[in-house]
Amino acid sequence: MAEFKDAPPGASMLQKTTVWFENRFPTAFAEYKKHMSEYYAPKNFNSWYFFGSLALLVLVIQIVTGIFLVMHYKPDANLAFASVEYIMRDVPWGWLVRYMHSTGASAFFIVVYLHMFRGLLYGSYRKPRELVWIFGCAIFLCLMGEAFFGYLLPWGQMSYWGAQVIVNLFAAIPFVGPDLALLIRGDYVVSDATLNRFFSFHVIAVPLVLLGLVVAHLLALHDVGSNNPDGVEIKAKKDPRTGIPLDGIPFHPYYTVHDMIGVGVFLLAFSAIIFFAPELGGYFLEYNNFIPADPLKTPAHIAPVWYFTPYYSMLRATTDPMVNVFVVITALGTVGALLKGGLSGLARIGVVVAGLVVIALLKTFDAKFWGVVVMGGAVIILFFLPWLDCSPVKSIRYRPRWHKVMFAIFVVFFFVLGYLGIQPPSDIGTLIAQIGTVFYFGFFALMPWWSQIGEFKAVPDRVTFQPH
Amino acid sequence: MSDSAAALPPGGSTEGAVDGSRRTWIAITCGAGAIGGVATAVPFISTFAPSERAKAAGAPVQVDFSALKPGEKMTVEWRGKPVWIIRRTPEQLASLKKTDSLVADPNSDRKAYPTPAYAKNEWRSIKPDVFVAVGICSHLGCSPTDKFTPGPQPSLPDDWQGGFLCPCHGSTFDMAGRVFKNKPAPDNLEVPPYMFLSDTSLVIGEDKKA
Repeated sequence: MAEFKDAPPGASMLQKTTVWFENRFPTAFAEYKKHMSEYYAPKNFNSWYFFGSLALLVLVIQIVTGIFLVMHYKPDANLAFASVEYIMRDVPWGWLVRYMHSTGASAFFIVVYLHMFRGLLYGSYRKPRELVWIFGCAIFLCLMGEAFFGYLLPWGQMSYWGAQVIVNLFAAIPFVGPDLALLIRGDYVVSDATLNRFFSFHVIAVPLVLLGLVVAHLLALHDVGSNNPDGVEIKAKKDPRTGIPLDGIPFHPYYTVHDMIGVGVFLLAFSAIIFFAPELGGYFLEYNNFIPADPLKTPAHIAPVWYFTPYYSMLRATTDPMVNVFVVITALGTVGALLKGGLSGLARIGVVVAGLVVIALLKTFDAKFWGVVVMGGAVIILFFLPWLDCSPVKSIRYRPRWHKVMFAIFVVFFFVLGYLGIQPPSDIGTLIAQIGTVFYFGFFALMPWWSQIGEFKAVPDRVTFQPH
Repeated sequence: MSDSAAALPPGGSTEGAVDGSRRTWIAITCGAGAIGGVATAVPFISTFAPSERAKAAGAPVQVDFSALKPGEKMTVEWRGKPVWIIRRTPEQLASLKKTDSLVADPNSDRKAYPTPAYAKNEWRSIKPDVFVAVGICSHLGCSPTDKFTPGPQPSLPDDWQGGFLCPCHGSTFDMAGRVFKNKPAPDNLEVPPYMFLSDTSLVIGEDKKA
């Protein structure tokens, strides 16, 4: 407990007030120093580092617009669709608030995908930042839930049938699936009960968890310190007198001002979309969702919103022949593990038994179930990235050229999978999605092996920085 | 319990002097608390289950299909799901012979959506011409669209005999709602319990067994 201080004699009114608060709420002052004025961030951040603060900005936009939308929206299957149209047509400026919220959802995913890719580029998930990454992945998962629950609320055709498909995914889980789907819907079909609970999840439950995770993400980050484009630990070289990292600079005012540029550019693009193309050609708001939900008629083509389509593509790619491919891959992996050697007799038996069990399971359950496993696994595998990447350097800058090629192919496949998920199913599309799915999982699962191979460049002692 | 000493300050005088009976009581208290916590969670989780009103809403539906001409389909709502009534033409019934070898489960033997015994025949219906089925794909719950015209057409095989196509993931079904092989849907379309009241009316959701 800090000692009670007195303002110096002849102090101004402002100084006296500050001292009065310092004596009664010292935490606020300590935290301000810890996270703003005395948080030393590396001075060599580039444009990739805008997306963290932008994600926070979009979160605030979503919360504020959401609060105002709830004032006019009615979570009732008979009233929901009309109440959204009421917001759009009759509530003064309601269209703006609603378009900010719907565009904000897509903007959130754009910003978060870029933020995650930054982490991948510069190895920001590596020791000692594993927990920062894991909290981040949990935020991503929450965000997906939030987007899914929110998408049902306008109660349009896409809302209804999208929810129908995703809830039925859970029904594919062996044994407990059908009961679980019933518990999620609260009815035998997607209905008013489903709409009401999704409303509750969307406006209360998930946002609370999300906020908690964002706080954990930031606290953990500020405990270990930010990574940077060189992947150099700035805490390793400190000024001997002050103990401040030589390559660090106080977050406030340097990066707060710096981030304002990012905010400006972002808001320029964000407003342009809101005012000139709020539906963005059917990608941000799907046209079929302007038709009220009809439980008796599925639209001719249903697809999730763009941010889910890479994973949706993987779900659709998991057909019976694809499960056979998984069987072959499992068999090859088992044989490979045996041939590689270095295993004791007991471990060899263990590998063979594990391989056979996996193959038996693959053939026992429907491809439908494995599609769900693939889709979920594609997100869950991200959590393990800190331990999958065994490269001797963190940053892409010092990795071999062919690692950059691997990253580039990964990005291309991610976009291709996303594109295919928007399109109606076709034979050639399914084949490409299957190749993309195998590459996606291969990229992560084989990372412990491939990330160590090649000619790495020497990492400098200090960050590379050109004052200007 | 053995690592509890590590929590004490180094060189603490209480090291090694753990009161065993207090530890036991703490363990019992924690256990009782956990049981209480789980018991409290049960009513909250239970609120997720379908309400009594939702359960009661599954009443049978009576349908008059006298206006239905051969080759036509009508849709009625039963338990919130679309139920189709189709008066099949002799050609459509004949096509079922040709699709026998192409469908995954020709005799509807799979147990996920058991076909009622009175409809477990080559037409999957009580009367050969009147086909009654729940219009929900067994894959992920979309409602398939009618593709009654035989012959080659987009997203369908060239030897198409007439049937249904699910728009979501491309599963195809023949005129008896049987799913074709190597499609995402694992099961045939569900045949609900139903019975005829007269030649031109039937009731869905109730059969003579009940």
